Amino acid sequence: MKTFVAFIRKEFWHVLRDTRSLVILLGLPVVMMILFGFALSSEVKNSNVAILDYSNDDASRLLIDRIDQSQYFSVKERLTSEAQIERVFRRGEARLVIIFPQHFQDDLLHTNQVQVRFIGDASDPNTSNIVINYASSIFRDYQNELTEQKKLPYTIETETRMLYNPQLKSSYNFVPGVMTLILMLLGAMMTSVSIVKEKETGTMEILLVSPMRPLLVVLSKAVPYLFLCFIDVIIILLLAVYLLDMPIRGSLPLLLAESLLFILTTLSLGLLVSAVVDSQQTAMFLSLVGFLMPALVFSGFMFPIENMPLPLQIVSNIVPTKWYYSIVRAIMVKGLGFSYVAKQTLILVVMTVIYLTVAIRKFKIRLA
Amino acid sequence: MRNLVFLLQKEFRQIFRNPTILRMILIMPILQLIVIPLAADYEIKHISISVVDQDHSTYSAKLINKMTASGYFQLVEYTQSYTQATKTVGEGKTDLILTIPAHFERDIIKYNKAQLHLAADAVNGVRAGLGTAYAGQMIGDFNREIREEWMLMPKFNELPQIEITSANWYNPHFDYHLFMVPGILAILVTMVGAFLTALNIVAEKEVGTIEQINVTPIKKHEFILGKLIPFWVLGMVSITLGMIVTFVIFRFLPVGSFFTIYAFSAVYLFGVLGIGLLISTFADTQQQATLFAFFCMMVFILLGGLYTPIESMPEWAQWLTRINPPAYFIKIIRAIYIKGSAFTDLVPEFLAMIAFALVFNALAVLNYRKRSA
Repeated sequence: MKTFVAFIRKEFWHVLRDTRSLVILLGLPVVMMILFGFALSSEVKNSNVAILDYSNDDASRLLIDRIDQSQYFSVKERLTSEAQIERVFRRGEARLVIIFPQHFQDDLLHTNQVQVRFIGDASDPNTSNIVINYASSIFRDYQNELTEQKKLPYTIETETRMLYNPQLKSSYNFVPGVMTLILMLLGAMMTSVSIVKEKETGTMEILLVSPMRPLLVVLSKAVPYLFLCFIDVIIILLLAVYLLDMPIRGSLPLLLAESLLFILTTLSLGLLVSAVVDSQQTAMFLSLVGFLMPALVFSGFMFPIENMPLPLQIVSNIVPTKWYYSIVRAIMVKGLGFSYVAKQTLILVVMTVIYLTVAIRKFKIRLA
Repeated sequence: MRNLVFLLQKEFRQIFRNPTILRMILIMPILQLIVIPLAADYEIKHISISVVDQDHSTYSAKLINKMTASGYFQLVEYTQSYTQATKTVGEGKTDLILTIPAHFERDIIKYNKAQLHLAADAVNGVRAGLGTAYAGQMIGDFNREIREEWMLMPKFNELPQIEITSANWYNPHFDYHLFMVPGILAILVTMVGAFLTALNIVAEKEVGTIEQINVTPIKKHEFILGKLIPFWVLGMVSITLGMIVTFVIFRFLPVGSFFTIYAFSAVYLFGVLGIGLLISTFADTQQQATLFAFFCMMVFILLGGLYTPIESMPEWAQWLTRINPPAYFIKIIRAIYIKGSAFTDLVPEFLAMIAFALVFNALAVLNYRKRSA
């Protein structure tokens, strides 16, 4: 036992001495939380619009002003012919071109019918869709002002409520996602690379001839990462609560316990990789393709799982991140108790046990 | 010059002997290009809906029918108790609850006014927003049908009306893959270039072979060129592979010219390799290099406009995207692939690419020391 403690201390020194990596390991969650929390939003704002105004009368000028003043748009360019539209799009200078016909105001007021054309750059389909919708609603508002709405009979009113997340904050989605990603990076990738490194540089041989049981040698390598993982979880939770105002609705001890379980899952994955792989580059590549990419894709935080084609949905079930992600979301956002996450917890436990047994089976005392 | 030839021979031999690098170049593009676009389907369909029907009238049945027939919604539960439905939301089995209160039909006909309640699981804000918007549209349509049934609406509008026609250029069918795939192609080249260069040089440091090179008369620039050229070639191979995979799986060919793509990639790759080099000068072990590279990639990609439009970022973040090479490259590749932008359309971006290549490589060369600390 005393030797085990000594080994663990040695591993701690290894990790703590490398300040540059440490800064990144602790800084990465902070940077990601800030970027996701403040920089990235799928909301569409300040889209550039180009205008082709053939009539140039009061009505068209008023509308152009309104578009420019709305938070969704800024009018960047005035075109003079349709031939210029292609150029504007190809250079990426505008997302939308609005074309006012000749005699816009006259037609509107005298014939009651006028046509406006929108051309969206649909190379980004969702944004183009949203931008056209926003612009249409500005035109519709203007039209309604002209008509003075009259009250209609037989009206159905719809009252809408947003459960759990009334302000539609995206933090509810990405915070659990950031947690899964960071834990995969630290638990699986860093651990496996650090063990394989000893193999590659030959120091593993020295450790294996020590009086320690070989398995404990490897386990002691995972311990500092376990602590680091836990610190990162706490950093993320603190930032979520105090910086992003995202309350933890469920029980904190349960959340931490589940996180600990997932950390163990990632560590056993890391051990598994290090048992079968001999070079750091392979370990890294395997973790990148095998763990980090699935963690990004299948945790449902960037891409909705419901939308995926069926084969991918099936694959997503064998990825541990998916289960942890749904646990965190259930506890943090929905405030649900253990009974709701029992199934996911059981799946994670089973996965961890499988990874660990395979890792121990594959672990070789002798180097080839 | 002869030194450089020998160095290049050495590097290429090392690369071809290392199965990991070859696998990385072959598997990464294929996996990424297949999995991510399939997964990243932002079109929202199949919204699950629970209906709490307390009215049981012809109208409530009609409304439910209309919703499910639309193809957007999937009826997962039909119940009378709202509490039961909220439980289903808690379990994550439904996205939307539509409550039809008792006397819904009577209220419309008799009192001209009736209410419906929608509640959405807003944990995923986008889904909730779109779900309630779709449902709102359906209800609006339903409302109009009822009105037409009970009163004769004037067919011709006497009031001023602005008719809006909209066209969607370049991607009229809203194919999300067409948007995503070129972006991923850009990311791919960046990852392969930066990771491989950084790891390769640091591996030499870690194993100690760099010392051996340092004591030879090989010049600093020869060493760096000897590293850059092979990985530049690999990067060009990987973008070619990526384009082939794109064509085989998605049948996308660039609307613009291959020449433009290669011209930009060629310059951009030098910038990316420069980033890799720079990372390698800061790292002593492969583990560190991996971590640094991962960190940079994460920030670059998130701020690259791959998923979220750059214009909607706040001022400071937009400023950061201006010094973010992948942000330019994603934009360029998309423009060439989807819109067929020509070289002349992208001259400012090309100048930026050249600037990046110069700056990053200069920094790396300045930071590279022949003697160990």
